[in-house]
Amino acid sequence: MNRAIRRVATASEVQGMAAQGVGASIPRKEDDRFLRGRGEFVGDIRLAGMRDVAFVRSPLAHARIKDIRIPPHLRDSVFIASDLAADTLPIRAVSGLQGFKPSDQPILAFEKVRQVGELIAMCVADTRAEAEDIAAAVEVDFEELPAVHDMLLARRPDSALVHEEWGDNVFLETFVDLNMEAAYDAPIKITREISTARQSMAPMEGRGTVAVWHKRMDQLVLYTGNQQPHIVRNGLSECLKLEQLKIRIVSPDVGGGFGYKGIVLTEDVCLGWLAMRCGYPVRWIEDRREHLTAGANCREHHYNITVYADRDGTLRGVECEASVDSGAYSSYPFSACLEAAQIASILPGPYDFPSYRCRTWSVSTNKCPILPYRGVARTGVCYAIELMMDAIAHECGLEPYEVRLKNLVRPEQMPFDNITKKHFDSGDYPESLRRALAKIDLAGLRARQKKGEPDGRLIGVGLAVYCEQGAHGTSVYAGWGIPMVPGHEQATARMTPDGGLELRIGAHSHGQGMETTLPQIAHEILGIDVARIKLVHGDTEYTPYSTGSWGSRCAVMSGGAVATASRELAKLVKGIGAHLLQTEIENVRLENAAVVGPSNSVTIAEIAHTWYRRPQDLPATVDPRGLEVTVGYKPVRDSGTFSYASHIAVVAVDPELGDIELIDYVIVEDGGKLINPMVVDGQIYGGLAQGIGTALYEEMNFDTSGQPLASTFADYLLPGPTEVPAPKVGHLETLAPYTEFGVKGIGEGGAIAPPAAIGNAVNDALRPLGAQLLHTPMTPRRVLEAIEAASAGRDKKSPELAEGLSA
Amino acid sequence: MKPVNFDYARPDGVEAAIKLVSDESRTVKMMAGSQSLGPMLNLRLVQPDLIVDLTGIEELRCVEDTGDEIRIGACITHADIEDLRVIDVTRGALPTVAAGIAYRAVRNRGTIGGSLTHADPSADWHSILAAVGAKVVLRGRNGERTLAVEDYMLGALEVDIRPGEVLVCVQVPKLSASSRWGYFKSCRKTGEFAHAIGAFVVDPDRGISRAVIGATESRPIVIKEAGNIMGDGRAAGLSEHFDDRAVNDILEKAGMLDQLNRKIHVAALRRAIEQARPQ
Repeated sequence: MNRAIRRVATASEVQGMAAQGVGASIPRKEDDRFLRGRGEFVGDIRLAGMRDVAFVRSPLAHARIKDIRIPPHLRDSVFIASDLAADTLPIRAVSGLQGFKPSDQPILAFEKVRQVGELIAMCVADTRAEAEDIAAAVEVDFEELPAVHDMLLARRPDSALVHEEWGDNVFLETFVDLNMEAAYDAPIKITREISTARQSMAPMEGRGTVAVWHKRMDQLVLYTGNQQPHIVRNGLSECLKLEQLKIRIVSPDVGGGFGYKGIVLTEDVCLGWLAMRCGYPVRWIEDRREHLTAGANCREHHYNITVYADRDGTLRGVECEASVDSGAYSSYPFSACLEAAQIASILPGPYDFPSYRCRTWSVSTNKCPILPYRGVARTGVCYAIELMMDAIAHECGLEPYEVRLKNLVRPEQMPFDNITKKHFDSGDYPESLRRALAKIDLAGLRARQKKGEPDGRLIGVGLAVYCEQGAHGTSVYAGWGIPMVPGHEQATARMTPDGGLELRIGAHSHGQGMETTLPQIAHEILGIDVARIKLVHGDTEYTPYSTGSWGSRCAVMSGGAVATASRELAKLVKGIGAHLLQTEIENVRLENAAVVGPSNSVTIAEIAHTWYRRPQDLPATVDPRGLEVTVGYKPVRDSGTFSYASHIAVVAVDPELGDIELIDYVIVEDGGKLINPMVVDGQIYGGLAQGIGTALYEEMNFDTSGQPLASTFADYLLPGPTEVPAPKVGHLETLAPYTEFGVKGIGEGGAIAPPAAIGNAVNDALRPLGAQLLHTPMTPRRVLEAIEAASAGRDKKSPELAEGLSA
Repeated sequence: MKPVNFDYARPDGVEAAIKLVSDESRTVKMMAGSQSLGPMLNLRLVQPDLIVDLTGIEELRCVEDTGDEIRIGACITHADIEDLRVIDVTRGALPTVAAGIAYRAVRNRGTIGGSLTHADPSADWHSILAAVGAKVVLRGRNGERTLAVEDYMLGALEVDIRPGEVLVCVQVPKLSASSRWGYFKSCRKTGEFAHAIGAFVVDPDRGISRAVIGATESRPIVIKEAGNIMGDGRAAGLSEHFDDRAVNDILEKAGMLDQLNRKIHVAALRRAIEQARPQ
């Protein structure tokens, strides 16, 4: 593997120890319990006397509730909106962006339901099965209303209204125009209508909540598999009208987050309310039908996009109208507009061009709220812009890579402020593409295409380049004005009396490997064996406040905080060490987990023992902070790191059955300094699998009455091991200029580019037939329809004629 | 997603099972491998009063060689066939198809009788067993009756089973040394139910030439005299005379209205026939 440009040897490498510090691919500590089935997830938690909750959910997408009838003998086991009304507030996630219309998401629906699966009643029983029996006995009378099922139709004046008081169905409209008219004289103008399907996130573990009132601590303890425990505490505090001292959120092991596990759910509020009153622990474990039909929806984008270019492939301008189906409610904490509003700021991708106009709509419909899913907005944006870059290449008679090289921001321009004022921190975007190309035989593939395949399949090559803003901080989020703005990220570093080190962070590790990588950072600074460094996370009682794990931020933010805290701790260690060595602090250094003076040394373990167990050996002037530090960290500049990658897909398309096989896949990425390259590769593999899902399989459809059409994995297809090829992965390591060690956030990148790369490859394969696909997932059916439309010459809605909906 | 409360019985003989499933006063469901019934119970799509688990009946776990055919007990699993714990008399057809059913975890529990009786149109057994000319044996209070596999399925999730009947075995004829077979299914991913299936068996010595198009909306389309598609079965390559249009017409007549759907089903059958090894 091609790794390590400008890679500096780590401290431990210099000393010839088995490397454990920054840059070492050591095995993940957490895998031991995961691979042995010894993780502890919400579903594993058993509390004495715990009872189960099932919900009565709306079977209709849009309806007025006329009556709820509970059999009298079950009345004590069923709770409806009127029971909760006095004690709870609806979930309200606002955005500070001008014109945003907030929605109140009822904890339990009253008056009206706005999506299938919306909660109407909470039923509690000794077992989930009995709770479901009770739920089945509750009868609800509805007056059905026309469902708003299509985000484009939803903007028409005659549409039914999801929130009547708004007067329309738009959460937020944004508009940016930067010198657009200057591009209108370009000789090439290409317009396409492009869209990505609604998806469901489908982590292996769904949501789940166990709640209990802890009498001694006078506190609601709520266990929920969650990426953002402190944010859940904020949200619950507001919705339950309960001060935060009385709420403890515990997020145990989490079986995949991807964004869904950051959201405050109405179910969480219900369970918290019930636990405060019932006297026993209560549990709700989301089942897969609830997950697919009522919960974890994401991704649904629609673009009318026009690019302007010169004949040599120079991109002159991009003009776009983009809509996102944001569903019925604004979800907490990210709001209903993060997805669409971000499109406007990131659609320009990694390219340098002078003219840009983009209008976006966050549209409300009678579907589940749109939630941020790994790659948030970037996956759709990358698909849209990269299909257009290929269209330019085709129009100019150039190889797609030539058009990319012509327009990518160049390394000598770094740091570079792009047209939407995104500050690209560092990198060599063209080099990632060149290295990716070096991993395939493009000339050979082109020759093979000309010759044709013996089995009649069509070969195609496609590429995509993206850059990903990660770990963006206060300055960015203050502008969004959502309920959550990240500030300084704090970490605690605390020695134990026997020389172990605890690290405490407010984010959560659920696949990112932070129980390993953050100790690597502390080891890099303190030299303590990684095996003796423990990460404590996922519990508001034990960890400093954090907005949590999202936005590819933890390596930069939690990692930076751990580095900062470790350095502070090193000073304290050296202070005590110097005293024990009978010298001044200026004369000692930290080396191999020991403080080394001019003539002798003392181990950190001995220093910890002295502080905790033999204080009589310390001088009166010892720093009273001891061996415990909590300190915050922000990068030098908090506009975010920009990791980037080039993806290349080689596909074989069966024009008779429409099947698409991935026969090669290349990723060359730059995540700055890699703390643990093996963990980074794992992130890339996982992201790739999800990107392939977006590209080829995953689709959460609704019918015109707003009914979700996939309620099991028989209908909602996910790629499995046989559908995900082993990619050829290469790394650049251009250091980030503003972060500890030069680290960049890369957690989401793997999921961003695959639909674009695969989409371009499929269209490359189908080009001889005159067919193209502009919608994900690229199913066999859509392949056949595109071929059919092309061969019949009856493609009435030819891409060039696609008309955007006017504002 | 938990089932409704139901009673459970695990009889040790077919007679006892027949008695239990004959109870018309309540909703009774038979369970074999439970690979389809299990999820349907959890989704409450099925809400039985009584589940009769057939897997404790020794007779249904037996395989018998009767000379011209073998009788495969209804509770023989796909994995039993895949792993050749059941003698193969189909020149590899059944073990090969078994190995492609869903995932190994499903094959370990799923049964041939259960799959046939569940009657998903996309299930592999309906198509390949119809191609080899297999029959099912049903036993009830009034004795046994035997049906061709293709007549057992009446439509999607519907079979010709009468109240009080239990499917006891599948009769699979022994293919001769001159026979050839092919099977092709189109799935979007490994383990998924097929979107189109093509299957054929030619056995010139026994005068058999059968082609099947499966994974339709309803029961598989069986072409019992497929000579016009594959010739007499003695040619080296059988697909030379394959006539897309003729097969397309058959599908259209059978009610498959969607043209692209016909296209993939025609291709599935052609590709199955292209697999035929030279004699």
